[in-house]
Amino acid sequence: MNNILEIENLDVHFPINIGTVRAVDDVNWKLRQGEVMGLVGESGCGKSTLGFSIQRLLRPPGKIVNGRILYHGQDIVRMTEKEVLDLRGSKIAMIFQDPLTSLNPLFRIDQHFLETMFTHDKGLKKAEAFKKAEQMLESLGISPDRLLEYPHQLSGGMRQRIMIGLGLILQPDLLIADEPTTALDVIVEAQFLDLLADLQKKFNLTIILITHNLGNVAQLADRISVMYGGNMVEVAEANSIFENPLHPYTQGLLSSIPNIKLDQPKLKTMPGSPPDLVNPPPGCVFHPRCPQAKGVCKTKKPETKTKDGHLVSCWLY
Amino acid sequence: MDDLIIIRDLIKYFPLQKGFLDRLFAKEKGFVRAVDNVSFTIKKGEVLGLVGESGCGKTTTGRLILRLLEPTSGDILYNEKSVFSFTKKEMEKMREKMQIVFQDPYASLSPRMSIGKAIEHPLVIHNSHDKAERKEICLRIMEKVGLEPAEFLYKKYPHQLSGGQRQRVVIARALVTNPEFVVADEPIAMADVSVRALILELMAQLKEEFDLTYLYITHDLATCKYICDRVAIMYLGKIVEMGSLEEVFKNPIHPYTATLLEAVPVPDPKYRRTEPIPKGEIPSPINPPPGCSFHPRCHYAVSTCSQEEPDLKELRQEHWVACPIRS
Repeated sequence: MNNILEIENLDVHFPINIGTVRAVDDVNWKLRQGEVMGLVGESGCGKSTLGFSIQRLLRPPGKIVNGRILYHGQDIVRMTEKEVLDLRGSKIAMIFQDPLTSLNPLFRIDQHFLETMFTHDKGLKKAEAFKKAEQMLESLGISPDRLLEYPHQLSGGMRQRIMIGLGLILQPDLLIADEPTTALDVIVEAQFLDLLADLQKKFNLTIILITHNLGNVAQLADRISVMYGGNMVEVAEANSIFENPLHPYTQGLLSSIPNIKLDQPKLKTMPGSPPDLVNPPPGCVFHPRCPQAKGVCKTKKPETKTKDGHLVSCWLY
Repeated sequence: MDDLIIIRDLIKYFPLQKGFLDRLFAKEKGFVRAVDNVSFTIKKGEVLGLVGESGCGKTTTGRLILRLLEPTSGDILYNEKSVFSFTKKEMEKMREKMQIVFQDPYASLSPRMSIGKAIEHPLVIHNSHDKAERKEICLRIMEKVGLEPAEFLYKKYPHQLSGGQRQRVVIARALVTNPEFVVADEPIAMADVSVRALILELMAQLKEEFDLTYLYITHDLATCKYICDRVAIMYLGKIVEMGSLEEVFKNPIHPYTATLLEAVPVPDPKYRRTEPIPKGEIPSPINPPPGCSFHPRCHYAVSTCSQEEPDLKELRQEHWVACPIRS
């Protein structure tokens, strides 16, 4: 399989008044064409920053200080602003966490769609664009006459579906979904994830699904990447992550998820909190919370190794 | 066990805002039927989970119990006394015994109040203890909820704390008056998965220690499993199923409960759903569907479902269901 995206030695820093936040620290990551990749981690682990970096959407003071992001072999980091503009939306789309704030309340739904299409294709006929928007709404399971409504007239679930429609209208091949279901109820969340799986097949998408809940991505993702403190600590096939998690952090994360189908009277908890990324702990960033930490963990950062088909950064292996 | 809270036929309708012309022509007044005839009890020392989707009326129910909202009709008994019979003074006294933990620890703490001040504030309001005593009580409770080192965090401000720590502050503030009853309104919805487990564990531990009774409001059935004794499932302002945790989880009778249980994400890649997910979304509580309000989305609905409104019936021991077909 071809790699649609290859990230090499990526460092993203946010210089602030008390120092530099190393939000993404020497990440190497490969994404295969047509796969659904779950990107999992706690708040502040750098998963969203990584997603934003791929689109060069980082807000100042955040900047990519080192590394390459190769999309079909082209380095996004070194592109001109114009080249990135062409890429955004038409090749790489992104949907955000909060569908309430991502739609403009003064624009009708059709205006959102038309604006997106005209920005990238000035010669497009209005009727044609409208027809495309109608077709998109149908594949989202929303009646096309709702195109003439305003965002406040739609429910949260519908708004999130509109967001994904806006993302897909220009037929990108890579979709970055940043916690798309966090603001949704369980049933609407399940509906949305089902829709995402359908759309992935229909549009032949590669999806990066960013979430803090491993349960959300279990059935949808082909592979799962776990981030901690700006580092990619484990990458493996989804089945393998759940059956045989290697990194102690992945193990901790898995045991703290409630599973409604299992008889587990108590959740295991992971003590401590994520590291301060201005002054990250020396050695492995996870060692202060790690139940299996040993001497070397405190002094030297582990290299990424391959073990049982997993890419894992831990001194245990 | 005694019933600490008894709720009888509780109704809360919010009148709709109307435009000038509608008022002029005296159009029929519309209502949001947020809580529509709800009755249940909470025993002393029990954790009742109130579960449902956004807009089902679960939060409104919680606020009605604390009299943060006045109901349209119905009665709420606390320790066998109607909370509506209390005078304003008595109610203020009662509030020491009934507390609430809100969903959003970012919005429910004042950014200008230090952690210590925030936790002590209820004591100031209730005018109990002098300054030195208040600080001592505050530090003790901070240690209990895991805000350590307490002396150090006492002077900090909310923005200097993590989300999990803030939620601990909110919990400490609720417990500082030594309450008997706590409404926890989605206390973990904003937190990371790993923090959720910690907060749930803390809540369970504090319940034992302070001999508390909880109303645990949530949209996530999975977390109920770790803290609740009984659960009540709400849909469009009504309770559709209620029973012990085990009964409801193992033998859900109402189709809505079954689908809610199925919709919860399962952390297992090989898992496949057995119940279909209901179509569409929760209808508007302004014009709820006639008959059983779940029938337009129900996969088992028959023609009679739209005609008669089902009552909550006890189908098995302590297991109540309101479904036109199954009860």
